[in-house]
Amino acid sequence: MKAGEIGKLEGYKLVVAGDPDAEITNAYTGDLLSDVMGHAPDQSVLITIQAHKNTIAVCSLAGAVAVVICNDREVPEDMRQSAASEGVSIFATKDDQFTASVKVASLMGKVTLN
Amino acid sequence: MASIPLNTYNSAPVIMELVFRMKVKDVMTRGVVTAAEDVPLREIQHMMRDMGITGVPIVNGRHLIGLVSMGDIISALDGGYIGENAGSHMTADIIVLEEDMPVSFAIQYFERFKYRRFPVLNKDKELVGIVTSRDITTHLLVEINKEIDKLEKSGPNPDRVTLRDEIQSFSIQRRDFERAGYASTQIKKFLRKAGVKPAVIRRVAVAAYELEMNIVVHSDGGEIIAEFRPDRVVITAKDFGPGIPDVASALRKGFSTADEWTRSLGFGAGMGLPNTKSVSDDFTISSSKNGTVVISTILINSDSENTEEA
Repeated sequence: MKAGEIGKLEGYKLVVAGDPDAEITNAYTGDLLSDVMGHAPDQSVLITIQAHKNTIAVCSLAGAVAVVICNDREVPEDMRQSAASEGVSIFATKDDQFTASVKVASLMGKVTLN
Repeated sequence: MASIPLNTYNSAPVIMELVFRMKVKDVMTRGVVTAAEDVPLREIQHMMRDMGITGVPIVNGRHLIGLVSMGDIISALDGGYIGENAGSHMTADIIVLEEDMPVSFAIQYFERFKYRRFPVLNKDKELVGIVTSRDITTHLLVEINKEIDKLEKSGPNPDRVTLRDEIQSFSIQRRDFERAGYASTQIKKFLRKAGVKPAVIRRVAVAAYELEMNIVVHSDGGEIIAEFRPDRVVITAKDFGPGIPDVASALRKGFSTADEWTRSLGFGAGMGLPNTKSVSDDFTISSSKNGTVVISTILINSDSENTEEA
């Protein structure tokens, strides 16, 4: 799946189009950045509430190419800038992390929702 | 105000290499003149005069317990207690260097603390020497001369595409979440350019990032040094304190002393040092109240798949 496709989900707003063509093959949900750093797989989308610049540094280091910011948390300007320069896409939603994880998994074809 | 006009984070690569390769023991003065604590200050004043020195370490056997400086002697003359014992008027809380520390540490100490000399201890905490800024500049000049000589003989250096003994150093400020991750990102980009395997880059990135965050979150500031060798990457993180009171606990997963604000940012989960250790092929840590030094070595061609242990 391409990073840009996450924007197809209803209510998922594209905040920064880092690299919309970046391939996503995995997803990881977590708010502890040290845990994300240690465990998030390459080419993944990170589902989190951590809306700040350091999240982008972690994504970039861990190899995550997109972030979904949950619970309608506001994405600060320095985070947007950092994401743009690192080529990480940011999406924002009012869904919580669990709901967002299910929807992304469904979009990736990993689960089927009825 | 720096007594050694050289910084240890963006000087020329040759200099960086030198101040990191040279150790405190290579530049210190050995055979230090010392005195026991029951020696009168008057006698120490005479030692200083006779031997042309400005500071005398006070020892108990081979263990350093204090230092009497020229300033202490002047105060003693002024205060009328020059006849009393060194032990009751020495400076007891002194900053020391360890003999195996790189000279870059010593340079930073001179910048950071306004002392003119630092006693040097060995691994057993015994006094083995003393370092003044003059010791450093003298030895450094000799080494710089040798290096320049070598460079002139080797002629122009073509662009390097392989990892060949390159050193990068990054100054990390306390609580600077703004720039946190910069050093690790630079290190990662460098390895990518050098064509290192992604799995290895990932391990180096984890180590560098965790150590960088530790300095930001817990220390009074410090430095990340990345040494790129043909077969390995060595990440050294050093800081200026306050030290880790209980290193064994700090190495345990989930043990954390981070405050609420740090945790709210997603850090301080108590995974930093355990993560770093698990991605390292070799890992050492030493800590005192004057600072912590962590060295993580990652072999470039190792087949050990400890990536996912983190």
